[in-house]
Amino acid sequence: MKPFTYERPADVTEALAMAAAAPGARFLAGGTNLVDLMKLQIEQPTHLVDVSRLPLGQINETSEGGLRLGATTTNSQVAADAKVRARYPALAQAILSGASGQLRNKATTAGNLLQRTRCAYFYDTTKPCNKREPGAGCAAIGGIYANTAIFGASGACIATHPSDMAVAMSALDARVEIAGPNGQARAIPLDDLHRLPGETPHIETTLEPGEMITAVVLPPPPTGDQIYRKARERASYAFAIGSVAVAGGKVALGAVAHKPWRARAAEQALAGGASPAEAMAAEMASARPDGHNDFKLKLMARLGAACLTTTGAGDGQ
Amino acid sequence: MSSVKDWAAPTPISENRSGLIGKGVDRYEGRLKVTGTAPFAYEVEAPSPPAYGVLIASPIAKGQVASADISAAQAAPGVRLVWTPHNVPAQGERGAKINPRSQRGANPALAARIEHFGQHVGFVVADTLENAKAAAALVRFDYAAEPADLIFEDNFAQAEQPEGEEDVRVGDFEAAFAGAPVRLDETYVSPLQNHAQMEPCATTAWWEGDNVTVHTSIQMVKGGQHTLAETLMIPSTQVRLITRYIGGGFGGKGQAYDDLTLAALAARELGQPVKVAYTRQQMFQATIHRPAVHMRVRLGAQPDGRLDAFALEAVTHCRREAPFTEHAANFARSLYAAPNRLTGHRLVKLDIPAAGAMRAPGEASGMLSLECAMDELAEQLGMDPIALRLRNEPETDPETGKPFSTRQLVRCMTEGAQRFGWDRRNPKPGQVRDGRWLVGLGMAAAIRGNFLLPAKAGVRIDADGTITLRQGMTDIGTGTYTILAQITAETLGVPLAQVKVELGDSDFPPAPGSGGQFGAATAGSAAFAAGMNLRKALAELAIGDPNSPLYGDDPELVTFGGGNIAVDNRAEPLERLVARAAPEGVYVEGSITPAADARDYSQHTYGAHFAEVGVDPDTGEVRLRRMFGVFAAGRILNAKTAMSQITGGMIWGVGTALHEYNEVDPRYGSFIAQDLAGYHVPAHADIVDLSAMFLDEVDDKANPMGIKGVGELGIAGAGAAIANAVYNACGARIREYPLTPEKVLAALP
Repeated sequence: MKPFTYERPADVTEALAMAAAAPGARFLAGGTNLVDLMKLQIEQPTHLVDVSRLPLGQINETSEGGLRLGATTTNSQVAADAKVRARYPALAQAILSGASGQLRNKATTAGNLLQRTRCAYFYDTTKPCNKREPGAGCAAIGGIYANTAIFGASGACIATHPSDMAVAMSALDARVEIAGPNGQARAIPLDDLHRLPGETPHIETTLEPGEMITAVVLPPPPTGDQIYRKARERASYAFAIGSVAVAGGKVALGAVAHKPWRARAAEQALAGGASPAEAMAAEMASARPDGHNDFKLKLMARLGAACLTTTGAGDGQ
Repeated sequence: MSSVKDWAAPTPISENRSGLIGKGVDRYEGRLKVTGTAPFAYEVEAPSPPAYGVLIASPIAKGQVASADISAAQAAPGVRLVWTPHNVPAQGERGAKINPRSQRGANPALAARIEHFGQHVGFVVADTLENAKAAAALVRFDYAAEPADLIFEDNFAQAEQPEGEEDVRVGDFEAAFAGAPVRLDETYVSPLQNHAQMEPCATTAWWEGDNVTVHTSIQMVKGGQHTLAETLMIPSTQVRLITRYIGGGFGGKGQAYDDLTLAALAARELGQPVKVAYTRQQMFQATIHRPAVHMRVRLGAQPDGRLDAFALEAVTHCRREAPFTEHAANFARSLYAAPNRLTGHRLVKLDIPAAGAMRAPGEASGMLSLECAMDELAEQLGMDPIALRLRNEPETDPETGKPFSTRQLVRCMTEGAQRFGWDRRNPKPGQVRDGRWLVGLGMAAAIRGNFLLPAKAGVRIDADGTITLRQGMTDIGTGTYTILAQITAETLGVPLAQVKVELGDSDFPPAPGSGGQFGAATAGSAAFAAGMNLRKALAELAIGDPNSPLYGDDPELVTFGGGNIAVDNRAEPLERLVARAAPEGVYVEGSITPAADARDYSQHTYGAHFAEVGVDPDTGEVRLRRMFGVFAAGRILNAKTAMSQITGGMIWGVGTALHEYNEVDPRYGSFIAQDLAGYHVPAHADIVDLSAMFLDEVDDKANPMGIKGVGELGIAGAGAAIANAVYNACGARIREYPLTPEKVLAALP
């Protein structure tokens, strides 16, 4: 592995300054994804800014009646938090369905959002990948790896975002708070954090160079039941082959796109009085399977309809 | 040569006076392993600071290394050497001393000729692992690629009969099948699987003069020693190979790989110890795997279920240059009665990594076919699946007519049915719900051959009474250390704490190693023979010693127990005898060879699996709800380690049925799954309420102790029981394993 340098800042301002001073720097939090990728020489940062001990590990009430999850809150901490469990059960379910207990103890809220795809060809450095090497081509297109996107894919990339947590956050209309290197701060909807691949799949988020996520803000919980269900090839410790989060009338799908996929067509149909099955059919109408991932059409239609039925979201509320 | 009749006589093992045989004592090396103090091959401390080697793999499947530029790597920090096909030291041809039909890694290591994706083409040694990895990324290769045959299904046309094999025919299958009133003709597909051992292939090597010592992770000590000696072109006596602990083998470490060769070569070149380990990715791409198998089953039956005609024809694949046949049809030759029979194999040669032995080779794949076909036939006939199997229970081996040594298959099924609650199964699929889950029950039979190979063991007693068993045997995590300690302690009538076991050293008396579930019977029988020889030696020592209370006694009357040697009430502790009469200790060896008439019997282990699964109709996910197995496998030496082996096998069956598969990319020849996030073995959450029991059994035709193997039986048939349960749950009959959500969902209405 390539040599790199390492620093541990005391506060956010110092962290941003350290990153700005070192081109090729990466923020290191739990390291559950970044360190693995460094071992495989897929990520080769020249400098690591260890943000894991910044004072961003709190879960606080917001004045609007929601919760602010600090960027370095761990997945275990968020999933176990009584307020999260009571008011955002879909989020707790989503987090607990991901990874393993050991990984959730280390993985952080912001790190989870910024984890990279698990596409088999991204991990296999003998194959072309536009994420690893822009312009190299995409081995997944025409390949046999089936856990690929059915929404929003491009001719450059068909990878999916692997997070469970982010799918629930999307359905919950979470916002992401961001700090920049010149002292600026901004907040964006989670839905605007991740990008579709387009021609530049190596640019995965709308974060500007040197920016850092400082928190995820959950608005007050929506009216209505919540659920997160995940289909996977074994009972635990496996990435989703498809997942659904429902919170109130909001629906997000996982493992189907380069980002958590907000099912707005389904939501619109529901608002118009559609049944769960009709709502999912409306959403799946824009899906573009590639031959290897066709099973996701039936999977998502059924799983989505089941979740909507369970939460009562499709019975004319 | 002995006869099986000799093995029926009472022995210290069958008498089991101190009760150690069968007792579920803790693992001999358990504390070392759970405290992280058992040094595995890569962790062994070398006599001086080691250098670290990293292997570079070919990204093409077939062709030639045209050129290699190593200049940047050689100039990188800490680099000691960089090898490619153009400058790797000469290596000897292998084959003279090892089974030429065994699969082996590329020979020589770093050959210019590329025979599969992931074959190693470069090797970098540096002062640290990190420097070696960084430098390895700087080596530039040019390849001359050639067209390759990569996909099994695309190459069926070139399937050929394996060399030296013929189909086995009894009666006239075709006529009987054509005339049978009830017929089944279905094809089942088992997937390509990887061993996915936790510990990768790894070697620590160093030289002292002309002699090399290697600590490596290999199941066969002698095979590894001879292989390395041939490669290095030195006598085997100059190679000491040690494998004290193995973090999973499963057949995948039955042979030597490039880590062994290159660590030894580099250590010689550098005059420094060298450590080499495969990466997780290299474990997938550059070792062996269980090949996929297409199995056509044809059954012709009478309306009452009696089979007239039975055929199982298996097509499988191997690497072009390393012939290996997954004998997926062999098990069926001894399972069910049918007067007209056909079994055989065909082999497709591909340019992918080598196929090879993986836990229960043959049965693990093969039983996935027939045991589902029996379920399907039972439904056609309107019979219970167990009743169909009972109807076809043979009196003697259905192919050869030989008597069975022992066969308790019927009792495994009936006992299991009762304990599992088989009578609660609704034969009509899709009738039982629990919440959203569709629930079903399934069963399958299990059979796995039993083997005994030649082996030796040495045992010594020292003046302090310590008894040390030494054997060039391996413990691949199965419990070999433990059972050998139990056998030795029981044979000599001493407490377990008085026995030490030392394994995995090529300097020790040879044993064939771990594989084919022959380890316990083979190594154990040799240890027992050595123990009996030590009894003889000690008895002679005592009766010839004027200071012994046994002086002048009849050696036939000497007994061992409670740490004493005795005749009637005259006794003394063993250590007192040895300290006085043989203060340097007493060392003897013992050996075992298969009985001359062992092949007069059809000898197998048996079992029956019962599974309950839930199928999620929304997603096609299958989850095991409970699983139970009943097994008959001879005398059980250790209740705990045997149970661990048999349930571990069942868990492999769960993985085979539901999770484990790999696929070859038709463009590159590489496996799509190459780490443990992509290759799914069952996780803890997949295994709920899984248990097993052993029937009482002694097989006095098997070996002097009446034991048989348990390491592989548990897989045989386990996956079929689950597939049958899935059908019973939801009515989807999926004949292509594993039953992933994708396949189940597609089959659901």
